[in-house]
Parts: sequence; C-alpha cells; structure tokens
Amino acid sequence: MLDESKPLFIAVAEQIEDGILDGTYPEDTPVPSTNELAAFLRINPATAGKGLNRLADAGVLVKRRGVGMFVAPGAADLLRQRRRDDFARDYIVPLLREAAHLGIAPHELTAMITTEAPR
Amino acid sequence: MTAIETRNLTKRFGDVAAVEDVTLDLTENRVHGLLGRNGAGKTTLMKLLTAQLFPTAGQMRVLGEDPRENVPVLSQTCFIQESQKYPDGFRPRDVLSIASGLYPHWDEQLARDLVGEFRLPQKRAIKKLSRGQLSAVGIVIGLASRAPLTFFDEPYLGLDVVARRLFFDRLLADFAEHPRTVILSTHHIDEVANLLEHVVLLDEGRVVIDEEAETLQSAAIEVSGRAEEVREFAAHGDVMRIQEIGGLATATVHACEGRAEQAARAAGLQVAPVSLQEYIVHRTTHATSSS
Repeated sequence: MLDESKPLFIAVAEQIEDGILDGTYPEDTPVPSTNELAAFLRINPATAGKGLNRLADAGVLVKRRGVGMFVAPGAADLLRQRRRDDFARDYIVPLLREAAHLGIAPHELTAMITTEAPR
Repeated sequence: MTAIETRNLTKRFGDVAAVEDVTLDLTENRVHGLLGRNGAGKTTLMKLLTAQLFPTAGQMRVLGEDPRENVPVLSQTCFIQESQKYPDGFRPRDVLSIASGLYPHWDEQLARDLVGEFRLPQKRAIKKLSRGQLSAVGIVIGLASRAPLTFFDEPYLGLDVVARRLFFDRLLADFAEHPRTVILSTHHIDEVANLLEHVVLLDEGRVVIDEEAETLQSAAIEVSGRAEEVREFAAHGDVMRIQEIGGLATATVHACEGRAEQAARAAGLQVAPVSLQEYIVHRTTHATSSS
C-alpha cells in the first residue's frame, strides 16, 4: 500500500498528496488524524504524525487547533506545480535511459508517445 | 524523559557474559524493538531491568530510579515473559483478576474485549491451554495493564497469523490513545517493523545497533546489474554481501546517506531498498563471522 523504497513518513505524505490531487480530500476539508492514519496504514503514530507535519510545513495542510489538519486553500495547485517541476527527473530521465538501452532514438520515442497518447 | 538508562550493564553466569557492557538510553512513550538471535541476551536484559535478576556490574535507572526492591517503579512496570509460570489450577480468569489488582492503570473493559477477541477460554486450567492461548493470556495482561513501562518478550509464540495481526492492531491503537514506553522483543521483525520507532540489536550480550528505526530502514540498499559493473561499484563501497548468478550480481551495501544510491544510479545500476529484517540479518551474521 505504501511505497517501500522511501522513508515511511514520506510515503505517508505522498499518499495524502495523491488524495488531494485526485479530489479525495477537497480544499478546506479535514484529512485523517494521526491515529486514524496509523491504525489504517499499520504504522507507528509518530511516523504518521511526521508525514502530516511535513505537509503542514509545506503549506499543503493547515492545523486548526483542537480540530485537526485541513487541506489548505490552493493545495492541489501547489502540489500539481511541484510535481510538474519533478516530472522530468522522475519520469523523462528514466524513460530516456531505458530507451537508450533499447536503441530507441529520441525522435522514435516522440513518435511512440504521439501514437500512444489518447486522441 | 528517559524511561530506561543503563551504563555498562553486565550480567555474568559463571564465566558466560549473558549481557555485557550495555549502555542504553531509551526515551519514554515510544515503541522500542529489542532484537537479536536466540541467546543474544534479550531476556536477561529485560530481567535485569525489571529487577528479576541483579547485575554483576554496571548501573541502571528505570523510570528515573533503581528498580531493585523499588515497589513504586515495579508497579509502573509490566513484564510479559515468554515462559511465564502460573500456579497449579489457575485459570485465565484467576490470573486476570490478580493482574487487575496489581496494576494501578488496569482497564477491565479492555481486558474483557481482548479475552473475547482472542477467544480465550476463561475457565479452563492454564496448563491445559495451547501455546498460542498461553501467549494470549500474556498479551491481554500486557495491554490491559496500561503500565507506563511494558515489556513484551516474544509475545507471538504459538499465535496464528490472525491473532498476531490482532495483537499488532490492538497494541498500535491502545498505544496511540494511551502513549507509554513499550519494549518489544520478537523474531517476527518484518511484522512489527512499521511499529518500531527505535531499535536495539543485541549479539552475544552486546549492543550492535542502537538506532532510530527510520535511519535503519534506509541504512542499506541492494544494488544489482551486470556482474562486472556491480563488482566495480562494490569495490568503492561499504559492502555487506555480494551474490552472483550468471552474468548478474546483487550487492547489499551501506547507503552512506544516499551517496551509494546516487553513485549506483549514475553507474546505470538498479537500486532496491533493504528491509529492516534483512538489514538485521546482515548485521548479525556479519558480527558473528568477524568475531
């Protein structure tokens, strides 16, 4: 369920981010509490809390005293922008490397993408 | 605050040192894993900390005080032993009734819920219980006692996978609601890895690892690719193990704060994480072979 190639608290944060991006957690609505997340993901509450705090520090979540954490206004746009910035490093570079292994030239790759892309 | 503090703690039986020169600081309100092979000294260390054994040398403070003949400290401590003996003729309900008077934070409702969930026969003589049911008695007491300092020594013995999952979930939920210091000793490392915040690994009575679980989970990586390239890469790294098959090789190397991963990726090699359990196995066999 969680990406095991990363530190656990980062995987927790990314799972909440995915939920914000796909609309599971709309802006101004609460995200699960530390203890709810811990029980659901079967991880230590301290780790779950660290994941949530990471998002609060990044301005994606806001703490409301006594109530819990809420999705910040503009959080989805913020995350989308950040993921666009990382897109080349996370997807294009590995794609080009594998293509090079297979002897696929960049212009062939472009053609393949155009073919595969839904019209 | 520090729940447990030891300085050069040592316990010898004749000329065998079961616990040797153990210096630890365990922070309160966390789940600490006490790991190691059979005979590594885990149970002896827990017996020292609960004043069931007296040390040969060294100092210790438990909840800020010397635990020996210290009723206030020991009443805040619950030690669930792997081979707990009960008086003849006792049934689970007798044991639970005594436990409820022994622990000041005892939660009777939680005890009842757990007895039901573990399907523990309340009125059967303890000596007629299965190994798994005997473990369940310990788990019920360990959780319901809500002791500020709780030791679980191999709580899993004989438990089926459903009951193990139940123990894990109930421990996690109750720990979240009522934070306390838990020292958990088990061989099922993979099953509890995500619950542990801090890990102590003992080998032949000595502390081999005393580290945050998060650090350990990224302490090593597995690098694989063409044998020549992996060997070339391994020559510059801190290698724990290397294995070859055909023209391919896999090396387990220390992560060196991410530098190993960067280097491996730059060399076009595949990188995979190493689980806490695998890492512990590597560190234990390594420690044994070099001694």
